Amino acid sequence: MIKLKLDNVNKQLGGARILRDVSLEISAGEFVVFVGPSGCGKSTLLRLIAGLDSICGGDLLIDGRRVNDLEPRERGVGMVFQSYALYPHMSVYDNIGFGLKLAKTEKTSLRERVLKTAQILQLDKLLQRKPRELSGGQRQRVAMGRAMAREPDILLFDEPLSNLDASLRVQMRNEIARLHGRLGSTMIYVTHDQVEAMTLADKIVVLNGGRIEQVGSPRELYERPASRFVAGFLGSPRMNFLAAFLHAPGETSQVESLVLGRTTLPVDSSDLAANTQLSLGIRPEHLSLKAAQGTTGLVVSGVEYLGSETYVHLDTGQDEPMVCRCEVNAGWRIGDRVELQLDIDNLHVFDAHGTALKRRAIESLPAGVAPHPASAGVL
Amino acid sequence: MSPRLLKKTLLRLGFWCLIGILLVYAVFPFYYAIVTSLKPSSALFQVSYWIDNPDFSNYAAVLNQASFLRAIGNSLVVALCVVTLALFLSLTAAYALGRVKFRGRGPVLMMVLGVSMFPQVAVLSGLFEVIRALGLYNTSWALILSYTIFTLPFTVWVLTTFMGQLPHELEEAAIMDGASPWVTLTRVLLPLLWPALVTTGLLAFIAAWNEFLFALTFTLTDSQRTVPVAIALISGGSPHELPWGLLMAASVLVTVPLVILVLIFQRRIVSGLTAGALKG
Ligand SMILES: Nc1ncnc2c1ncn2[C@@H]1O[C@H](COP(=O)(O)OP(=O)(O)OP(=O)(O)O)[C@@H](O)[C@H]1O
Ligand SMILES: [Mg+2]
Repeated sequence: MIKLKLDNVNKQLGGARILRDVSLEISAGEFVVFVGPSGCGKSTLLRLIAGLDSICGGDLLIDGRRVNDLEPRERGVGMVFQSYALYPHMSVYDNIGFGLKLAKTEKTSLRERVLKTAQILQLDKLLQRKPRELSGGQRQRVAMGRAMAREPDILLFDEPLSNLDASLRVQMRNEIARLHGRLGSTMIYVTHDQVEAMTLADKIVVLNGGRIEQVGSPRELYERPASRFVAGFLGSPRMNFLAAFLHAPGETSQVESLVLGRTTLPVDSSDLAANTQLSLGIRPEHLSLKAAQGTTGLVVSGVEYLGSETYVHLDTGQDEPMVCRCEVNAGWRIGDRVELQLDIDNLHVFDAHGTALKRRAIESLPAGVAPHPASAGVL
Repeated sequence: MSPRLLKKTLLRLGFWCLIGILLVYAVFPFYYAIVTSLKPSSALFQVSYWIDNPDFSNYAAVLNQASFLRAIGNSLVVALCVVTLALFLSLTAAYALGRVKFRGRGPVLMMVLGVSMFPQVAVLSGLFEVIRALGLYNTSWALILSYTIFTLPFTVWVLTTFMGQLPHELEEAAIMDGASPWVTLTRVLLPLLWPALVTTGLLAFIAAWNEFLFALTFTLTDSQRTVPVAIALISGGSPHELPWGLLMAASVLVTVPLVILVLIFQRRIVSGLTAGALKG
């Protein structure tokens, strides 16, 4: 069932077009993550959905009903702010219950709802405290409780964990995932953190310059990026890109590049002319290294040791070195000469506009990426 | 003694001397007023700096004057009304000016600041006409109106600054919780503005309490006078006698409530002033 639908939504602020023709469908119970570089419009999009900003063009539908002109409280959405924005002068209990109180909820049921929310978020013992007497993680939970208390169908999160330290982030991330499983409500989540995006999302929406670049499951986006932007944005370290040109277009393309020489790749380039500029992309984990003979191959220009793995940088004559993810005890040193071995199946080809060329073989993802089961609501 | 230690001692000495001078400068007039008020009029011109045997006859005399008590009552009513009215108006104005983005916000703020720079005398005659036209002459409302006019620019400006410093997300959170602007202002923002409100309210109170020129111009009869005018009009037995003792006793009586108010709210004021200074 479609819970939320954006239909060619536009937003202008001070003459600048911040969102352009954003169209998106979100099913009930789905966990959707918005990612994108800073300033691409993620927060703006979230605020449009919340009703904190007005929509300049296009429609926003919740449960099939157009809600462009509805007040935030009438839309059935709750929002967790990056800075939590708890009411400093109210106790945790009042913070959570404020919205209910304003909605003129009856006193006993208000109490019941607040206690239930607090229990889910393990805030039972802190109900009488003021926000300044709480730790960062506890404040974060209160902020979530406040958004949840009115039992909205849609919960919005704007970078909720970015003020926390690393270990607490991991903990809260797991809690949010559990919460989603438990509440079964639709959640939209903005983050800068790739790990959060990959682990939490049923569906990732990549935004760039106010436009949607690609929508898909984490696995789809990682393994079959539709554009060079998405390919470079997801994954750390970044995907390696090599300049290349099309030698012979066709259903399988013959491509020539400096490092790889001439290769035939299983992508469809029949629309393109010969000698078009292309770029090849390959993730660091899909490269492997072999010692080179004599003066052939590439020179190792840097080695980063991370404990569980090593990143080997190779000088290709381009601005950026290629990065290869290796085992720790591979033992490469700066100055070594190596030969690249790569897996053609994992090579991505992008045209001059950055669009990925179609793979010839029918693309099917390996099974095993089931969406989160949206269990029955507990609240 | 080493030169360094000497220098340090001298500096310290100079520091305390300066503080002493400042203290005497600030406190002495008030102290001398107290001393004078506690002397019988016969002893008035014996210069002494200590209170030897306090004599409360001046206080008794002042408090026995019905018109003086009446003036204190008037002053209280006027000052409290001014504070309430000014805080209410400036709070709502500050919400608009500090939180809502609208065209012409800058000019409005500038105008508010500009208006506050007019000297009282400049608007006196104009204001007099207004008050006559409104039929408020020789009532407390004349003073309440004119004081409010003169306090508002200051209170609006200060509260707008404070309001602008409260995080935006707080207000948005309230909106998400379904709060109307009025609820947001009174239930979410107002509690956070207490220090600023107390500070500006107190300053408005003091200004209204001490104002002389308007009070003299807009009131005529004893029954409508406020304290500063009443004190100025205290006269002695003959036109050539100034009853210093009475004047001083009255002044002390009038100042004490202010001092008590300031002491009560002292902590709030300090936190209000620093809350404005530390952020942003
Ligand atoms: N009031 C405004 N007037 C004009 N432009 C604005 C205004 N507010 C935001 N913008 C612009 O809108 C764009 C999108 O802002 P938004 O806050 O949505 O970005 P974001 O994706 O959330 O970024 P971040 O990841 O840094 O939070 C930015 O380029 C910003 O400069
Ligand atoms: Mg943002």
